[in-house]
Amino acid sequence: MNITVLQEYLPIFAGAFLLTIKIGLAGVALAFVIGVAGAFARYFKIPVFSAIIKCYVELFRNTPLLVQLFFIYYGLPVMGIRISAEICGILGLGLLGGSYMTESLRSGLEAVPKIQTESAFSLGFSRPQTFMSVILPQAFSISVPALVANVIFLLKETSVFSAISLMDLMFTAKDLIGLYYNTTESLFMLVVFYIIMLLPVSVLGSIAEKRSRLKMFGSD
Amino acid sequence: MNEILKIEHLTKKYDDLTVLDDISLAVNKGEVLVIVGPSGCGKSTLLRCINGLEDIQDGKVSIDGKTGMVFQSYELFPHMTVLQNLMLAPVKVQKRKKDEVKKEAGQLLERVGLSAKKNNYPRQLSGGQKQRVAIVRALIMHPEVLLFDEVTAALDPEMVREVLDVILDLAKQDKTMLIVTHEMAFARAIADRVIFLEGGSIIEDTTPAQFFDAPRSERARKFLRTFEFENVH
Repeated sequence: MNITVLQEYLPIFAGAFLLTIKIGLAGVALAFVIGVAGAFARYFKIPVFSAIIKCYVELFRNTPLLVQLFFIYYGLPVMGIRISAEICGILGLGLLGGSYMTESLRSGLEAVPKIQTESAFSLGFSRPQTFMSVILPQAFSISVPALVANVIFLLKETSVFSAISLMDLMFTAKDLIGLYYNTTESLFMLVVFYIIMLLPVSVLGSIAEKRSRLKMFGSD
Repeated sequence: MNEILKIEHLTKKYDDLTVLDDISLAVNKGEVLVIVGPSGCGKSTLLRCINGLEDIQDGKVSIDGKTGMVFQSYELFPHMTVLQNLMLAPVKVQKRKKDEVKKEAGQLLERVGLSAKKNNYPRQLSGGQKQRVAIVRALIMHPEVLLFDEVTAALDPEMVREVLDVILDLAKQDKTMLIVTHEMAFARAIADRVIFLEGGSIIEDTTPAQFFDAPRSERARKFLRTFEFENVH
């Protein structure tokens, strides 16, 4: 492995890394928003919405992100909607992630005893208040491992963004290999940057898990 | 008569099963009503209907004000401290000022002997302590009517007393209360009026003295006998 090449590649990968992180995190944030809304509709069995969410989850969980991106990137312009590749990536990731988040949160919600909801209702809470203040925080703590797994999965899925010509990490590595044939160096940088991106998520995830569990279940 | 709660021809069904059958009942302000009866007679369901947790198939429940309910299993919010449990509803639902609610929470906790526990999580409390916090959580909302659903049934025997004492104290302050319980000695001590419920109907509606000493119906006599033991020696 050539150190000089690695040094040359560093800024290029750093740029790609920032773009990947930016789109990845925005997509994850969107996924959480969709997940919370979807889980709310499913938990309270809101008419119509609950059914729509169910279809949405099945549709997006059971199709590859690549196909979804193609639909958004090439399909929307046909319908007269023009969006940038970045927005397209965020939207694709958010919609895919939303389906996973909905299901992960829902399993957590189902694990919270129903009488907690009743207890909140009897204190006068509305359904959204009950959900946000009482049930969701408890469900969250139950769902943390699944949610962290989703975040890692979604950040890794950014590797298909090259298909819609976003200069993410994967695109950059493939590009550099094609141009200069420095395969080893390129792949090495690729692995390093993916680890830099994902390791903190794993670590923060397990801290979040421990903290939320300690609060509710404790050890003393 | 100052009626605070009026139930007219209340009927509650789960599919084909009638749980409450044409219940009519009026409760006056300051009255302590104890509801007793065998398991499955509809006692808890009656409280849940009054509190709006169950939809009813027929009849009407009218309350002059709010109700507050205390459950058998406490149902404190496990992810919040005692103080957060107490403050959440007054601040979020009633939009009261945090300082004022915090002050009241402190006073109420003091009264039930739990000042030292305000920053603890529910898991760090005993069953009796949790139940006292749950009572305070209902009280701090200033309900007109308090509903107690077998609040000592899940407690170890030595913790029953501390919870019942809190409720006795509330009775002295002329709170309107509907109490479902299996603690017969407590029922007799606290009740202004006893309702005996069986098969979803009110079988007796009378004074505690009358009910416990000379119940009119054979069914009530039979029910009360289940709490007595013959001397075996």
